[in-house]
Amino acid sequence: MSKHNDSNKGATGAPASAVEDTVSPLRRRILQGIAALPALSVSGMAFAQAKYPTSAINTTKLAITDTEVTVGQLHSATGTMAISETGSIQAEQLAIDQINAMGGILGRKIKVIKEDGASDWPTFAEKSKKLLINDHVAAVFGCWTSASRKAVLPVFEKENGLLYYPTFYEGLEQSKNVFYTGQEATQQILYSLDWAKKEKKAGTFFLIGSDYIWPRTSMKIARKHIENFQKGKVVGEEYYPLGSTNFGSLMNKIKLAKPDCIFAAVVGGSNVAFYKALKAAGITGDKQLLVTLSVTEDEMTGVGGENFQGFYSSMKYFQSLDNDNNKKFVAAFKAKYGKDAVIGDVTQAAYLGAWLWKAAVEKAGSFDVDKVVAASASGIELKQAPEGYVKLDANHHLWSKSRIAMGMPDATFKVVSESPELIKPDPFPKGYQ
Amino acid sequence: MKAIQELIKRYQLASLLVLTLLLAVVLPLSLDIFRLNLIGKYLTYAFVAVGLVMVWGYGGVLSLGQGVFFGLGGYAMAMFLKLEASDPVTTAIQSTPGIPDFMDWNQITALPAFWLPFKSLPLTLIAVIAVPTLLAWIISFAMFKRRVGGVYFAIITQAVALIVTVLIIGQQGYTGGVNGMTDLKTLLGWDTRTNSAKYILYYLCVALLVGSIVLCRWIQTSKAGTLLLAMRDKEDRVRFSGYDVADFRIFTFCLAAALSGIGGALFSLQVGFMSPSFVGIVPSVEMVIFAAVGGRMSLVGAVYGTLLVNAGKTYFSESFPDLWLFLMAALFIGVTMAFPMGLAGLWESHVVPWWSKRKNKGKGGDAEPAGTDAAPPAAVAATAKPARQASADSALTKGLSDVGAQSAIPGSI
Repeated sequence: MSKHNDSNKGATGAPASAVEDTVSPLRRRILQGIAALPALSVSGMAFAQAKYPTSAINTTKLAITDTEVTVGQLHSATGTMAISETGSIQAEQLAIDQINAMGGILGRKIKVIKEDGASDWPTFAEKSKKLLINDHVAAVFGCWTSASRKAVLPVFEKENGLLYYPTFYEGLEQSKNVFYTGQEATQQILYSLDWAKKEKKAGTFFLIGSDYIWPRTSMKIARKHIENFQKGKVVGEEYYPLGSTNFGSLMNKIKLAKPDCIFAAVVGGSNVAFYKALKAAGITGDKQLLVTLSVTEDEMTGVGGENFQGFYSSMKYFQSLDNDNNKKFVAAFKAKYGKDAVIGDVTQAAYLGAWLWKAAVEKAGSFDVDKVVAASASGIELKQAPEGYVKLDANHHLWSKSRIAMGMPDATFKVVSESPELIKPDPFPKGYQ
Repeated sequence: MKAIQELIKRYQLASLLVLTLLLAVVLPLSLDIFRLNLIGKYLTYAFVAVGLVMVWGYGGVLSLGQGVFFGLGGYAMAMFLKLEASDPVTTAIQSTPGIPDFMDWNQITALPAFWLPFKSLPLTLIAVIAVPTLLAWIISFAMFKRRVGGVYFAIITQAVALIVTVLIIGQQGYTGGVNGMTDLKTLLGWDTRTNSAKYILYYLCVALLVGSIVLCRWIQTSKAGTLLLAMRDKEDRVRFSGYDVADFRIFTFCLAAALSGIGGALFSLQVGFMSPSFVGIVPSVEMVIFAAVGGRMSLVGAVYGTLLVNAGKTYFSESFPDLWLFLMAALFIGVTMAFPMGLAGLWESHVVPWWSKRKNKGKGGDAEPAGTDAAPPAAVAATAKPARQASADSALTKGLSDVGAQSAIPGSI
């Protein structure tokens, strides 16, 4: 993103950042609207206040002053999910810091109110109410698990708030008040199954997941795709309670079923036990194809490179992606949070949230939620995303590429395959229900 | 006049009146609707704490599974609200319209039979009380009839909490799993999310809570209450006197479960959401802490304890997001170390004696028998006794009252 940063320093006026990426005719028209830009010598702040008086950009009593816009950040800083959500908290903070360094949004610096969801869904609901009703925040970046999102969703819809949600998830949801910056299930699953069939000649699959909504829905989609579209066979489907560490009997089932491919969506602490059990049972990457939907760099630090070596993970982002945007992002992240910090898929998606919001607000010329949502309906895109070019679909999900990467012994990932085009998000896939 | 005074004293109506005034007048006038709604949420936990005062403080039986009953009541109400929210029009996008969304996600194509009663509000209201009570009866009947008590009973209730959590999470097609039941909007077409609805639900909650306290107070001052205290302190003597100890304990445990169920139902209504995270061991233990902080012998104290702990939780986590867990821990440790009988104990041991000393000084020290007021902390329950003794004609009851007065020994579970 520092590329974004550099070009803006030259332009001084912060709103110009929306101007650069112009491609569509629609955007051009909007630009003509803003075209009456005053001389560049005017300072960004003063300019913004003249051009965007607070009364005009905020007609819904959000917490916005002439110099500041308040947003909320709602993640679990404590409890069992803290280990996963910390990366998202850091990435969102980094994005906000970078935006502030560029002069903020519509001339206003972003002020963050942090709330702790404490890995407890009712607490998430309470804190989201506090942020929207009490603090009148213009947007919230937060949530991680589907359960926490489901808990806050009615609050956001009732209070007409704005949530940027970073995690890859099961789909089957599309709310006016939520933008989903991670992949929905079909984006992540279909590409990896096709890859397994085409590249690895996999015909039989063993589906394994933790027992909650995301793995269940993902495996439902996977099974339909394997059976109806690939004409392959599912030879086993098993679910284990969240946090389960007992995978002994599963190893025997796998050995009996002899699948071409193990397709896994085991989450959290269970991952460590799962991959250790596989290794102990002699099911290793050189003999068995395994594709997982749930191992990012964050999980890898717990699982250990030696246990995941040779297995594959399907994500849209890996820290090792070789492009200029990502190099700058990784450098900035490590400069802020230490050189040992790792960046997983969700961390990168969380980083996109604030930038997408910025682009939409600048396009709308307003912080009003309805206007930001309307502006997001078409033409919001990020060229400088670490994962590469992405754009927002009218269904509030991102068009993005899917990637398959192999686990290396040093706990990093080597990307082995990448979808040639951006994949359209399809939260309600036909033929997969 | 004297009779009224005695009545007030016997039922501790003064403290209840103060609490009612605080909840019904002071808080609504001083807080905005968001904060008031939060207080309303805390008050639903207070039902559990009041129940715990009966079971633990009076019955001497510690239950670490009250979250189960809170959850069952909450789920019963949530199931009704969820069915109402899942009408065929709003769920038209599903494979099977007209069933709750999580069922559709789990490939369930018809409403399971045990959901059918929750289409009716009267049946739901019955279930809110009956389901927790029935489960409590089964557990307590099996345990108390076999004379299982104390630590063993606490462990078993904890196991029940774990089992019910696993069951709810595991059967996600029928229960919503980890996500719980979300997006509960209306009750018989009445939007429960509007400000006016929040006020109405808040006052409903306050009224039911005050009603529950009065009911519990009435039981405490009745013969059953005296027997409960007696059983707690000298179980064998009561048994030898010909009473069935188990029956009284079962009754109290069922009462606490029913109160918890009501609390849970009010929670679902006010928050619009029910989740297995209320059913597990951690929330159950937390609810015991509410009662402990407030004072496990005091019904009113339990409400204050619940309010204090939850307000502390909210305040600390909003003001010090990085430190709040430590501050909460400090509060728990501080209260239990400094005032083992909770806030109510603090009141009884410090404020009341100080007050009566002042009063006596003013009157020349002739009015109150100092003995009652200067009683040690745990004698909250026993304060009403002298008035009773006069009317008690049977020697047995008198004896039991004396046993009750012995309950001053703090720390007896």
